[in-house]
Amino acid sequence: MPTVEMTVNGKRASAQVEGRTLLVQFLREKLGLTGTHIGCDTSQCGACVVHVDGRAVKSCTMLAVQAAGAAVTTIEGLADGTTLHPMQEAFRDHHGLQCGFCTPGMVMTAIDLVKNNPNPSEEQIRHGLEGNICRCTGYHNIVKAVKSGASAMKG
Amino acid sequence: MAATGIGASVKRKEDYRFLTGQGTYTDDINRHGQTYAYILRSPHAHAEIAKIDLSAAKSAPGVIAILTGADYDKGGLPAGWQIHSKDGSPMIEPPHLPLCKDRVRHVGDQVALVVAETYAQAKDAAEQISVTYKELPAIISTGDADKAGKPQVWADAKNNTCFDWHIGDKAATDAAFAKAHHVTKIDLVNQRLVPNAMEPRAAVGDYDRATGEYTLYTTSQNPHVIRLLMGAFVLQIPEHKLRVVAPDVGGGFGSKIFHYAEEALVTWASAKINRPIKWTAERSESFITDAQGRDHVSHAELAMDKDGKFLGLRVSTIANMGAYLSTFAPCVPTYLYATLLAGVYKTPAIYAEVKAVFTNTVCVDAYRGAGRPEATYLLERLVDKAAREMKMDRVEIRRKNFIPTDAFPYQTPVALQYDSGDYFSTLDQAMKTADWAGFEGRRAEAKKRGKLRGIGISTYLEACGIAPSAVVGSLGARAGLYECGSIRVHPTGSVTVFTGTHSHGQGHETTFSQLVSDTLGIPIENVEVSHGDTNKIPFGMGTYGSRSLAVGGSALVKAMDKIIAKAKRIAAHLMEASAADVEFKNGTFTVAGTDKSVPFGTVALTAYVPHNYPITELEPGLEETAFYDPLNFTYPGGCHICEVEVDPDTGVTTVVNFTAVDDVGRVINPMIVEGQIHGGVTQGIGQALLENCVYDNDSGQLLTGSYMDYCMPRADDVPSYKVGTHATMCTHNPLGSKGVGEVGAIGSTPAVINAVLDALAPLGVQDITMPATPLKVWQAIQGAPTKMAAE
Repeated sequence: MPTVEMTVNGKRASAQVEGRTLLVQFLREKLGLTGTHIGCDTSQCGACVVHVDGRAVKSCTMLAVQAAGAAVTTIEGLADGTTLHPMQEAFRDHHGLQCGFCTPGMVMTAIDLVKNNPNPSEEQIRHGLEGNICRCTGYHNIVKAVKSGASAMKG
Repeated sequence: MAATGIGASVKRKEDYRFLTGQGTYTDDINRHGQTYAYILRSPHAHAEIAKIDLSAAKSAPGVIAILTGADYDKGGLPAGWQIHSKDGSPMIEPPHLPLCKDRVRHVGDQVALVVAETYAQAKDAAEQISVTYKELPAIISTGDADKAGKPQVWADAKNNTCFDWHIGDKAATDAAFAKAHHVTKIDLVNQRLVPNAMEPRAAVGDYDRATGEYTLYTTSQNPHVIRLLMGAFVLQIPEHKLRVVAPDVGGGFGSKIFHYAEEALVTWASAKINRPIKWTAERSESFITDAQGRDHVSHAELAMDKDGKFLGLRVSTIANMGAYLSTFAPCVPTYLYATLLAGVYKTPAIYAEVKAVFTNTVCVDAYRGAGRPEATYLLERLVDKAAREMKMDRVEIRRKNFIPTDAFPYQTPVALQYDSGDYFSTLDQAMKTADWAGFEGRRAEAKKRGKLRGIGISTYLEACGIAPSAVVGSLGARAGLYECGSIRVHPTGSVTVFTGTHSHGQGHETTFSQLVSDTLGIPIENVEVSHGDTNKIPFGMGTYGSRSLAVGGSALVKAMDKIIAKAKRIAAHLMEASAADVEFKNGTFTVAGTDKSVPFGTVALTAYVPHNYPITELEPGLEETAFYDPLNFTYPGGCHICEVEVDPDTGVTTVVNFTAVDDVGRVINPMIVEGQIHGGVTQGIGQALLENCVYDNDSGQLLTGSYMDYCMPRADDVPSYKVGTHATMCTHNPLGSKGVGEVGAIGSTPAVINAVLDALAPLGVQDITMPATPLKVWQAIQGAPTKMAAE
């Protein structure tokens, strides 16, 4: 089995993996970072979104070996100690989560969205979240949270 | 109102862990020595299992055990509700074994359990199992299942009929129709849906040989119910040797109420191999194993006098049960559906017949609303059609037939007695919020842009707060539906709340903390809510039927009543007063007419350090448990208004405005209540416009078996909502709360379809089936009696 090495949340991580091991499986099973979730098997739901070298990626679409040498950020790596990232804070302030299962992927996607478009309109936010499914919130409060998170990220 | 008290939009306590990736869902749990299960499932909708050859698979790398129906020696999954047919005979209740023995009855049925050191190894080994099937013809269609000569799912169930049930006064209804001025008739399909909680189901079974105890970690809305069903009926494990833990659960919407085969299999097999076993569904597996929802085919008739006053309602429904009876399946199209057919209207005579049928499809059971969305959709489509045929305004026909606000308690002709409601106010408030009066202007403006704009309304009611045990017992329920709650006051005055309800997104840790902090006058930070573990919580029936606050919250109120009563006696002793003179307010005990006072914390400490204590009269400690059995269902209701624009060139329907005004009784946390409504409405819009569970009618293959085929509502499919509440209090529980989990999904769907039909009405289109996809809308436009004017 090949050994794969990458930087995850600022720390060096390495493990032996099968060639078919997905990045999401590597994160969850080898590193115990269970904040990244698996909600589907067709790369549709977005629960597994992480940042790879600064870009949002569905970690079920990528083999662990493909991420060799990359810098990966997961939901566990966002907060600064007990201080939440402004996007995490915005989701809490606007009740942008209910069961919490889609939340990590939704937050990671939202940060990437705002990075590429610091002043997104409601329509742009809705379009930008199209690859992340939430069954609980009806998106209403997620959209509000992303808008507010975008403002806070500027601050 | 305190900033964290009843009525405040307190930010959720549970959010920090979810936002930082520290939630603990079932698949996040790993036990020492854990193995992994893969379940080999039937690729056929209906077949005999002629032979299973395990020889190659058994020697595959990492395989620990492969178990089939031949190995399974325990019981079947029980149905929790028994319905009797018109002729008094009990429903047909076929065996539902967790592993099939000789026949498979739907695509996805369990054939073999493969346990290996890793999940990949288990899955690889399963590919080497050779099963010889003898395929049989399958019955799929709900509407055809009871016709003669069709393939039979069960030999005992003639014409695939599980039961043929009815409710209401047939003679009185026939008499009402005999004197009718006009009868409006409608045929409707309420299509099958897939609940699709975002967390796939998972289960970890862990047997401890040293103690003989079993632990099951599972994605459940009701761990105690799973313990009861699996322990008593399936595996014969007594309660004291079986612990069921439902940790953080990623959505349920009904689909995680039921006891599933996989829970029993990993628990049973973990004892066989003496190691823990984890099973986690892949999404494509969820599509063919999670109980699905709705699936009714109905005909309804409404009799009216010349003024549009409703005289009688007749309904005939065929409800699909799937291949087996899931836990709550029989009660969904009966007591959660037909009893709701009075809706918000004073229709004096109602008669409904419901035939439940078996088909070679996945089980159908409760999905958000469970029966009540089906009833509401039928009624609200029928009322709109009646208004058109009577040339009456659709709002006026509703007002004319509303149960008057002074008529409560109101006895319907279909068993329920509504305790409170005010349908006029929710209607008025919704119309004002939606600017109903200004709609024609918006329609004209849209027309200039080449768009067809429509507005639709739904005035609805539901029965939840499930449920009064004696009532449901008389209707066929095999369990009580009370709730249990415990309040443990610790020596330093902080409190742990134990509730038998379960939160899988509803935010109980926050809502119940508000309730307890407000009632006991202690800071919200000093309250912790515990749920989801049968070893911690005395008992519970779980969360479904919008029952957690109305029933579970009421149990907590009763437990706090006991706490306060005991605490008053302790406080009376400390203040050298009579307990009868002690008052409790804002966390302080006082003696009326004096300046004596003692804070809650001092009483708590005294209860555990009873040096100065009425020890001969009172036990030390301050912990109380209460069971609360509701006296009636609760009856939330309201008005939903949807505004759509249809693009006639593409058939695409856009929801441009959606207003919901709901009466959910007393609200503890408005932010959470609004969030529940947003989510429910989106599921209702999903049913109306997007979602459809489709099987191939010949092969029984699920054609919509992934998120690429089953159209889930996404962020750009829905608008932002206008949500409001107007409360009339529930009269029979101590909180006055009615429940909010399901209203969004119940009221919204007909409002959307009524809006689509309103948009298409100028073309003469009178009917459209759900989901109203662009293709269907475009076809309706092309086939319409009146063509679009050339632009």
